[in-house]
Amino acid sequence: MNYVGIDIGSTASKVVVRGDHDTSFVLPTGWSSKETTREIQRRLKEMGADVEGEETKVVATGYGRIAVDFADYVITEITCHARGGREIAGGDCAVIDVGGQDTKVILVEHGMVSDFLMNDKCSAGTGKFLEIMANRLGVAIDELFDLASQGNVLPISSLCTVFAESEVINYIGEGQKREDIAAGVVDSVAAKVAQLAQRKTLPERIILTGGLSHSTYFTDILSKKIGKTVEPTENGRFAGAIGASYLAEEKKKR
Amino acid sequence: MADYHQMWEDLGMDIETHDQLCEVLPQAFGDVYLSQENRPEGMDYFNFVVAEIHGVRPAELIEHQKKGGKVFGTFCVYVPDEIVFAADAIATGLCGGSQFWVPGGEKVLPTNTCPLIKASVGARLDRTCPFFRIADMYVGETTCDGKKKAWEILAEDVPVHVMDLPQMKREKDVQAWADEIRTFKEVVEKETGNTVTAQSLHEAILLINKKRKALSRLYDLRKNEKLPISGKDALLISQIAFYDDPTRFAEMTNKLCDELDQRVKDGVSVFPAGTKRIMLTGTPLAIPNWKLHNLVETSGGAVVCEEMCTGTRYFERLVDEAEGTVDEQIDHIAERYMGINCACFTPNSARVDDILRLAKEYHVDGVIDVNLKFCSLYDCEGYHVEKALKEAGIPVLGIETDYTDSDAQQLRTRISAFIEMLNN
Repeated sequence: MNYVGIDIGSTASKVVVRGDHDTSFVLPTGWSSKETTREIQRRLKEMGADVEGEETKVVATGYGRIAVDFADYVITEITCHARGGREIAGGDCAVIDVGGQDTKVILVEHGMVSDFLMNDKCSAGTGKFLEIMANRLGVAIDELFDLASQGNVLPISSLCTVFAESEVINYIGEGQKREDIAAGVVDSVAAKVAQLAQRKTLPERIILTGGLSHSTYFTDILSKKIGKTVEPTENGRFAGAIGASYLAEEKKKR
Repeated sequence: MADYHQMWEDLGMDIETHDQLCEVLPQAFGDVYLSQENRPEGMDYFNFVVAEIHGVRPAELIEHQKKGGKVFGTFCVYVPDEIVFAADAIATGLCGGSQFWVPGGEKVLPTNTCPLIKASVGARLDRTCPFFRIADMYVGETTCDGKKKAWEILAEDVPVHVMDLPQMKREKDVQAWADEIRTFKEVVEKETGNTVTAQSLHEAILLINKKRKALSRLYDLRKNEKLPISGKDALLISQIAFYDDPTRFAEMTNKLCDELDQRVKDGVSVFPAGTKRIMLTGTPLAIPNWKLHNLVETSGGAVVCEEMCTGTRYFERLVDEAEGTVDEQIDHIAERYMGINCACFTPNSARVDDILRLAKEYHVDGVIDVNLKFCSLYDCEGYHVEKALKEAGIPVLGIETDYTDSDAQQLRTRISAFIEMLNN
C-alpha cells in the first residue's frame, strides 16, 4: 500500500508518500491548483504510485485541497498539521505553523487537536508579509534572514502589511541599513506570531512548522517573545503532508 | 416576485439600484435554501415571504398607513413592540443584513463601524429598501456607540426617537427603563393620535407573547436528537419574525411546528446521524445574512441554537400577562425586557449563564462565538464566554466576520477543522 499526503499550500505544494514507497517532494503551487495537482499525479505515477488504483490512499489538505479530485479524503490543514506535528514532535505539543497565507497555532492533546487559532484575513504575521518585504528589499526570503541576523531591529509598528510596507519604504528613504530594516521585518512577524500564540495556554513542547520551520534564527526570536522554547524542525514544511499521509492510513483502518 | 415597481416609485426609492438587489437575492436564496433536502412543507410560507420580501409586507404596511395607521421602524430586541401595537400602530424590524447596503453607510460613517449599522444607514440614505422608506418614525436605542451616532445622522433624514437603555441591571435601572417605556408610550400616542389603554396594552402583550411562544415551540423542537428542521430554516424564521404580521407569523410557525411534531414522532431528521450539533452565540444575523449557517451546515455540522438577537434573546421569557393598569403593565414589560442579556450591559454574567444553560438544553457538541467585525462589546465579552465554555468542557471557536464573502474559504477551513476536532 501507499499512503499519500498532499498539502496544496498557497505558495508551495508538499507531497509525502509512505508505505511501499517512501518519498517526499515539493513544488510551487503556481497560479493553478488544478495543474499542480495534475503534475503531482504524474510524478506519483512515475514512481509507481497510481493515485487512482486500489493500492494507493490519498488525503488532500491545504488551501487548494478541493482541487485534488482524486483524493480519497479531504481534511483541513489544521487536523493534518496536528497529526504531522505529533509525528515530528513524537507526542503532544503545540504546533505553530507560519504559512504563506495564514498562521495557525494548534494544540495537540492525546494525539488530537484540542484547540486551534488562525490569524484573521490580514496577512501581517504570515509568510506573505515576509515575501512582500523581501521583494521590497530586493532579496530572497533566505537572504532576508541572513541580513536580519546581522542587523539591529528597526521597529515596524503597523499591524497592516500595506502600511508596514510604507514604513519600510520610509526607512529605505532615510537611508537606514538594509540589515536593520530586515531585522525589523523579521522581528515584526515574530511579534505577531507570538501575540497569536499567547492567546492560548501553551504546553512545554512547542514546534515550528511551515516554510520557516528550519530557521533557528526565527525560532530564537520567537522563543524569546513567547517566553518558552520553540523548536525548529528539519522537515516542518512537510508537516501537513506527513499528517495527511498518516491520516490516509488511519482512515483506511476505520 | 410580482411587479411592485409602481409602489417602490411612490416610495421615492432608487429603482435602478434596488433592481440590482432584487436580481441577486433569488439566486442567493436558491443556493442556500432551496438546495436543502427534505425541507418541511411548512417552510413554503417562509419561502414565499422571502421571495416577496420587498413586496407583500411593504404593501400591507402601506395599506395600514392609508387607513391612517402608523409604522414604527426598530433596530433592537429591547424596544417593546407591545407599546406600538397597543396604539394600533405596527412595529417592523429594520436591521440591514446585506453587504449591498454597506458602501452607502460608509459614505457617512467611519469604515470601522459594524456592518449592521453601516448597512442600516446605507439602506435608508441610498433609498434601496421599502421598509426604510415606509416607517413613519425610527426608534433607536443607546445599546452601543456606533448606533448612538448613527441615529443622529439618520435623524437628518427621518424622525427618530431614541430610547435610553441603562447599562447596568440594578433595581433603579429597571425602573429607569420602565420610565423610558412610559416616555416612548407618549411619543407613540402623539405620533398615532391613539391612546394606549389598559385593555389595548393587555391585548398587545398577549399578541407579542403568542409570537414568542411560537418561536419557543420551534426552538424546543431543535432540542431533539433527530433534528426535524435545519438551522438555516430556523434562522430564516427568526429573521422573518422581526417584520411579519405577528398574528399570521405565530399561526404559520405553529402550523410548521405541527408538521415538525409529526416528524419527531416518525423519527425524521434532516441531518445524518452523528452530525455535530453547533450553537452560535454572539452578534445578530439580520436578514439576508445566512453565511455562517450555510458554512456550518455544508461542512458537516448542524446549527441547533442561536444565542443571538435573531434567536433566543428575541423570544425567551414572556411578559407577565396579568391584567392591570397601564403603569403596572409597563412595569411587567420593563422587567421582561431588562432580562435580555446583551453585551452592552456590565456586568453581564447572566449571559454566560444563558449560554451554558442553552448548551445543555440543546445538547450542543461545540459553540461558535460569532462577532460582527468592529463590535467591540461582543468581541470583548468573548473572553468570558470562551473561558466559561472551556471550564464547562465545551469546545468553542471564535470567529469574526462581516457581510462580505471574501473570507468564506478561510472560515470554511476553520469551521471544518472545528467539526473535525469534534469528530475525533
